[in-house]
Amino acid sequence: MTTHKPANASPTVARESHEGGAASARHRPRRTQARAYLYIAPAFAVVAAFVLYPLGQSVWISLFQWDGLSVATWTGLGNYAKALTDPTLLQSFWHSAILVFFFAVLPSVLALFLAAVLQRGARMRGIGIFQTLIFLPQVIAAVVIGVIWVSIYAPGGLVNTILRGLGLGALTHTWLGEFATALPAVGLIGTWMEIGLCLVLFLTGISQIPGELYDAARTDGAGAIREFFAVTLPGLRGPISIALTLTVIAALKTFDIVFVTTGGGPGTSTTVPAFQVYNLAFNQGQVGMATTIGIILTILVLILTVLIRRIAPKDDEQ
Amino acid sequence: MITRREAILNYVILGFFALLSLTPIVGVVLTALTPTDQASATFTIPSRLDFGNFVTAWNQGHFSQYMLSSIIVTLTTVAIASVLSILAGFAFARMRFAGSQVLFYLLIIGLFVPLETYIIPLYYEMRGIELTDTYAALILPQIAQSVAFGVFWMRTFFAAVPNGLIEAARLDGARESTLLWRILVPTARPAIITMVMLTFMWTWNDFLLSLVMITSEQFRTAPLALSFFQSQFVTQYALLSAAATIVALPLIILYAFLQRYFIRGMLAGAIKE
Repeated sequence: MTTHKPANASPTVARESHEGGAASARHRPRRTQARAYLYIAPAFAVVAAFVLYPLGQSVWISLFQWDGLSVATWTGLGNYAKALTDPTLLQSFWHSAILVFFFAVLPSVLALFLAAVLQRGARMRGIGIFQTLIFLPQVIAAVVIGVIWVSIYAPGGLVNTILRGLGLGALTHTWLGEFATALPAVGLIGTWMEIGLCLVLFLTGISQIPGELYDAARTDGAGAIREFFAVTLPGLRGPISIALTLTVIAALKTFDIVFVTTGGGPGTSTTVPAFQVYNLAFNQGQVGMATTIGIILTILVLILTVLIRRIAPKDDEQ
Repeated sequence: MITRREAILNYVILGFFALLSLTPIVGVVLTALTPTDQASATFTIPSRLDFGNFVTAWNQGHFSQYMLSSIIVTLTTVAIASVLSILAGFAFARMRFAGSQVLFYLLIIGLFVPLETYIIPLYYEMRGIELTDTYAALILPQIAQSVAFGVFWMRTFFAAVPNGLIEAARLDGARESTLLWRILVPTARPAIITMVMLTFMWTWNDFLLSLVMITSEQFRTAPLALSFFQSQFVTQYALLSAAATIVALPLIILYAFLQRYFIRGMLAGAIKE
């Protein structure tokens, strides 16, 4: 992640502006200051109107009970209290946690294992094509992915056909239609989507770990497992932090996949917060509550992003 | 060095995972090419390649219209967002002005806040200015979201350009705008291609914004149309597969040629989303 850069920029800016006054005696001021605002104005206008303003409104609306039509009633933090106690809403956050396992933890662990096995081959021929192929799910619209997996999970779909082919006909399910299987089935779509992202990150990361570290570990007589924990895992802290950030956020804001594959069902077994935002606001007329969930979602994203950033090495360690 | 046996094992593992990633995608294309009488939910190897499903899906799903909507929305967004990002990124990287840090963070706040959080007020805002059910209802918010990444991305690139290059241009008497468009932008080509590709992808693949803003068929985008198409042809997998392929195809083609830019951008721009 490169978020540290903006913060680092400030001391430089401050120092330069101090010198600016004295320097202008000999040189003309190197940078016209007022003109900068002209360069920024168009971008800022659009962001202010279509991100900042509605975002502020979100915070405000979340403090009201509002059906979107009649007069809103002030409830203060009432919506927040309800969101954190209402069983149906809590359930959707719990589903999010399960999706985090399938979208983030599972692909990261799998990719880490794979990367470790492939470690010595990270620079082998054909690796580029391989990376291109496994990264492909990342560029395909979630709606398209949903449609594809609906047919894979269908009663006569690929999963059940393979199970029958292996003589495991007893294990076939209507994967997206049964209470017990729907959420894991949605989750595994996420695993499929994200494993390529994780693996590409980790393989790139491993190829940047100095070979001497591995040689040294082997000279010390380290086996594959100790080598993994002593060299590979510490060397991948940066990529792991990036992978988790991307995949955890993808899990938390999942909407398209759920909308297309299950619509939150059967019952409420696959509802997620983003789905509740849409459903409450546009189907059930609970606009205040819906925005509250949206705000909680952002707070969760920010907290988890900060926590995950701690995995990454500090700048001076790099 | 790596032994032969290790190499073979590595290729087997790589091959297995490549297969796992590709099966759903290749499967859907094959299903789409399967003659209707042979079709089932399971991916099949078509007895002959039949493009009839594409024709049927294209016509019955009115995809010519929806693809056109998607193209209009995406190209407009990409063009405007890129220019705005280059301008603002340049100012943040190369000019000094009061409040630059606060303004920068305000501009890139969209990187940290998901659309889900502000989509509802955005809907009421758009309805208030009578823009729901227009291309503008998609394009304007898409630009705002894309600019968050674009400004961040271009600022990083412009800040890394060696001072010598810029000083030389200034000594030649180049004005700010000449410096930006004649000198910096041409050197920024790879960064700009990456930004354009990612903006294209995010805009093309959008679903939630279209779902909320668009009710009339006229402005329906391709992914939104696909979800309607799916609820209409629930178990006609060959048709659905053809429609899904149509919607995904533009990006798959772009990715096939420019995959380096996609991967680089999505990994380096990890702060997006």
